[in-house]
Amino acid sequence: MNSQAPVMSEQDIPNVGQPYTRNDQASHELSIRVRDLNLWYGKNQALKNLNIDLFQKNVTALIGPSGCGKSTFLRCLNRMNDLIPSVRTEGLVEMDGHDVNASKMDEVALRRRVGMVFQKPNPFPKSIFENVAYAPRMHDMVSRKADQDELVEQALRDAGLWNEVKDKLQEPGTSLSGGQQQRLCIARAIAVQPDVILMDEPTSALDPISTATIEDLMDRLKEKFTIVTVTHNMQQAARVADYTAFFHLGEIIEYNDTKVMFSTPAKKKTEDYISGRYG
Amino acid sequence: MSHSFDDISQQLRRRHRKSARLKWISMGALGLAGLFLVLFFADMLNKGLPAFQQAYINTEVNYTEEAATDARQAIAEDLVPIVSRTEIREIPKEIRNDEDLIGTSEQKWLLVNGEVDQYLKGNRNKLNEEEREAIDERVESGQVELAFNRTFFTQGDSKTSERAGILAAVVGTVMTMIVTLAISFPIGVMTAVYLEEFAPDNRLTQAIEININNLAAIPSILFGLLGLAIFINFFGVPRSSPLAGGMTLALMTLPVIIISTRAALRSVPDSIRHAAFGVGCSRWQVVRDHVLPLAMPGIMTGSIIGLAQAMGETAPLIIVGMVAFIPDVGASFTEAATVMPAQIFTWSGEPEHAFVEKTAGGILVLLAVLISLNAFAVLLRKKFERRW
Repeated sequence: MNSQAPVMSEQDIPNVGQPYTRNDQASHELSIRVRDLNLWYGKNQALKNLNIDLFQKNVTALIGPSGCGKSTFLRCLNRMNDLIPSVRTEGLVEMDGHDVNASKMDEVALRRRVGMVFQKPNPFPKSIFENVAYAPRMHDMVSRKADQDELVEQALRDAGLWNEVKDKLQEPGTSLSGGQQQRLCIARAIAVQPDVILMDEPTSALDPISTATIEDLMDRLKEKFTIVTVTHNMQQAARVADYTAFFHLGEIIEYNDTKVMFSTPAKKKTEDYISGRYG
Repeated sequence: MSHSFDDISQQLRRRHRKSARLKWISMGALGLAGLFLVLFFADMLNKGLPAFQQAYINTEVNYTEEAATDARQAIAEDLVPIVSRTEIREIPKEIRNDEDLIGTSEQKWLLVNGEVDQYLKGNRNKLNEEEREAIDERVESGQVELAFNRTFFTQGDSKTSERAGILAAVVGTVMTMIVTLAISFPIGVMTAVYLEEFAPDNRLTQAIEININNLAAIPSILFGLLGLAIFINFFGVPRSSPLAGGMTLALMTLPVIIISTRAALRSVPDSIRHAAFGVGCSRWQVVRDHVLPLAMPGIMTGSIIGLAQAMGETAPLIIVGMVAFIPDVGASFTEAATVMPAQIFTWSGEPEHAFVEKTAGGILVLLAVLISLNAFAVLLRKKFERRW
């Protein structure tokens, strides 16, 4: 595997990644480019030769059976895997022309541009206001108190939570309901104005109504952000995603426009999975 | 083959009897432990409570010219054998400090000699029949009475039982604990933070971890030897000082603080760390802003318990010379001082009954301090316990 290849242009490797159909309603500006990504947990290879292009201001859903590597792949995009000592990564994850795995790439800078929302809502055990205001203040994005208030309000509005919490900003974030907590986590992520938001099964711990709220939110957020979401729920992928990638045993089996994928899957495995024959 | 209920109950009866027996045995063990505790407290209270009372005598002190040289002139002649000689000794000093006193007189409550004090408390004493009657008369007239022993809480040690107090030891303990905490808390917490949040999991850190756990089980007298050899002999820290004692006890407290801090850090859920990393915190920001505040109640509780343990420690302090006769209430970290358990130890070696009383009284004070410290630790934990 030629992992030290010079920066490649799309023309050099015409069919790299998965052939996909263009979604005509979606933007086609490249956000993250992944080439020959391999990842090992100790001796166990979890990701095998992944090639994928993620587009700006789209929702891309990663689906697949448990243990197929979709969450692991998601965490490669903001280097959260660095926190696990036994993980070894090879290959290119490129954002804005920078290799995110390069030694000169600061993971703190990367995570400021690539935010994350986790499976279980995990607000800080601080006030609602602090949950949102903490990160912008830490990154020196706000200097005046008024700027901070404005930024918190904007983030909470974008996350569709403002009207529910505007009168109790000083109450602990953990006092909210599960769905509200998850939207608070989304507000926290968008408060630092990232380019990409990674969502790791953001609705799996929520009830159907909260799930629907979050799905609506994703639909609105993609006007400003690139969203990559992992989901176990295929209906959800079909509802919210512009593009869908199907993972199986650490490989991307198929990556395509969601509508095409769910109506006419190219691969047998994909068809079996989305029709519920396994998974 | 099926069994009827009767067959089964027959067999069960034996098992039930066995469990009932075990229950009684374990309850007996608990009862015995409780009984010992009650006996201990009853004995301590019985012996120690009289120490909080002391006989005083109301008399006139005449600050005359002669009293400046021969203090016994200051009080009525027949009172000289009754009043504590430590009080009489003070009179010339008072006059020297304030010349204006000469020619005046003052009505004062003075400490009474230890033998008289013991007689009033109904203990064995050396008074003869005649002296006892004289004392009884004075008690009758209200000139002599048992009152709250303020001397015990306002004075340092003394060879004269009625003058001996625990204040020097309390102040010494406070200063020693300040040194202990100032050294062991930051070092212990930072060590635990490094091991738990930063260090890679390899042979070296595992070896360090095992050694820290073993350190907590080392007999405390060895820490005393270490303190003597390194702090006093090598670095020249003044012997018997709160600095030397505090540094030695800090060594002893360190493993306790490290272990409890690590446990507290480990109990902070990883989801909080992930959330913080996810918004772009550096490792240090994650620890400082999120993990440490959540772990703080646990860290404080562990540190207070470690401190309480150090506070009751005598053995290492014997080695660094803190078991000494200290009549003055200390004011400096580098001068000789004593601590509460050491003071108790010193008093326990005195033969007079008055000192037996003080030994028990000292134990009561130490116990009261330790119980309040532990209660404070529990309160702290309850107050700051957070759920997420």
